[in-house]
Amino acid sequence: MPEIIHVSVNGIAVAVESGTTVAAAVLQCGISSFRRSVTGEPRGPLCGMGICFECRVTVDRLAHAKSCQTLCTPGMEITTDE
Amino acid sequence: MRQTFDVAIVGAGIVGAACALECAQAELKVAIIESSIVGGGATAAAMGHIVAMDDSEAQFSLTRFSQQLWNTLRTELPREVEFELTGTIWVAADEDEMSAVRNKNRYFTSRGVPAEVLDAAALKQAEPNLRPGLVGALLVPEDSVIYPPTAARWLAERAQQCGASLVRGKAIRLRGGSVEIADGTAISSSLVVNATGAWAPELTPGLEIRKRKGHLVITDRYSGFLRHQLVELGYLKSAHSVTSDSCAFNVQPRATGQILIGSSRQYGAEHSAIDHKIVAGMLARACEYMPALGKMAAVRCWTGFRAATPDKLPLIGPSVTDQKIWLATGHEGLGITTSLGTAKLLVDQIVGRRSAIPIEPYLPARGSREHVYA
Ligand SMILES: Cc1cc2nc3c(=O)[nH]c(=O)nc-3n(C[C@H](O)[C@H](O)[C@H](O)COP(=O)(O)OP(=O)(O)OC[C@H]3O[C@@H](n4cnc5c(N)ncnc54)[C@H](O)[C@@H]3O)c2cc1C
Ligand code: FES
Repeated sequence: MPEIIHVSVNGIAVAVESGTTVAAAVLQCGISSFRRSVTGEPRGPLCGMGICFECRVTVDRLAHAKSCQTLCTPGMEITTDE
Repeated sequence: MRQTFDVAIVGAGIVGAACALECAQAELKVAIIESSIVGGGATAAAMGHIVAMDDSEAQFSLTRFSQQLWNTLRTELPREVEFELTGTIWVAADEDEMSAVRNKNRYFTSRGVPAEVLDAAALKQAEPNLRPGLVGALLVPEDSVIYPPTAARWLAERAQQCGASLVRGKAIRLRGGSVEIADGTAISSSLVVNATGAWAPELTPGLEIRKRKGHLVITDRYSGFLRHQLVELGYLKSAHSVTSDSCAFNVQPRATGQILIGSSRQYGAEHSAIDHKIVAGMLARACEYMPALGKMAAVRCWTGFRAATPDKLPLIGPSVTDQKIWLATGHEGLGITTSLGTAKLLVDQIVGRRSAIPIEPYLPARGSREHVYA
């Protein structure tokens, strides 16, 4: 049985299995706009492998974390759509 | 049709562009000759810190004069020039550097430049992301930041609106009276100005200008992380070394929220390729002062060449060898700042106007007296 950990996405507590990527946790919340482009357009994961940089979110107050390449850790604060 | 100009300026970096505008505003008939894109040389590689400097009295006069010209111009600058009155904070890491802060403060305030000594607590408040344990700093609020390539383009466009002609082409020979272009044509002009930055010796052989390479790194957007241009006071020690490569903590907040991280200085490196050892040293230095930078994402790294003269002052005026070939080059690490002052001093000499500051320290003829590497 995988361990369940808790993170927060935009202030809302979310339970995920350990080993879940931040991208999966965000998608699990039904969020599709991970960030905004310079001109304000919504952006979300595209390549899923760390190349396109489209899936960036803010993790523990540090902007531009690639959510597809970052694993959830207990208590992590994730902010999207910035 | 063959046109004759009063002044033909070779090189449309920020210096050439500023000179062209000043000439055009003085109603001189001016041509600017550029082989690549406007503002694409050292100007595109630079940091865009407009800064009053106090290494020498002459350096101070020109940088302060220019800084004030930028501050006067600010209301006219379009948004894409990204002018911001960020001020400079000169950071002191130990008591020695703190005494340098006090000296700098006396130097500036006695010459009418507003400055304020910050203690450790005030520094922390001004820039919370600096590491703890720094001793203090000097805040110089009238320094600013611009985006140099758009500034150069704006100056060149304004010059054209005032009647200047922009000629695309590579100058291959300067003569008193004309500029030969690589396509076989010639631009005829009473005066010719070599404003080709670090390339100037190619057109004026024998000019004592050395290339001094610099690296910069820019991060992704982290709005609010940094508020002022920060420079370590140890900079003074490293920037003066002519023998060795050096790196100093020097960071700049961009209008986009990006952080521009500098800066390195290298003589004898003629290739524009990125030297990863230098970049690593530069980033390590930056992280010593601002540890949180270490977690940020860098998006680009590039290099550029400063045009360094033996005495660290630019060459502005008639060349030693030909009174019809003039120079506006040798601005080393300060040409973004001093472009506007250079343009004034150049045109003052051309039209016989009195200059706001003494011009003698920048005359190319001074080199015939002094060959000292300071
Ligand atoms: C890493 C770095 C950081 C810097 N940071 C700062 C800073 O924060 N503040 C500051 O004040 N200064 C700074 N500088 C210094 C500043 O960039 C230069 O002093 C300034 O850009 C010089 O401008 P310029 O017009 O003389 O030269 P350039 O911008 O190099 O322009 C010369 C132009 O001449 C053209 N040219 C060359 N040969 C020919 C030819 N044969 N025919 C036609 N055209 C030709 C080139 O294409 C180019 O466009 C920095 C420099 C570097 C390298
Ligand atoms: S989805 Fe492409 S980098 Fe994350």
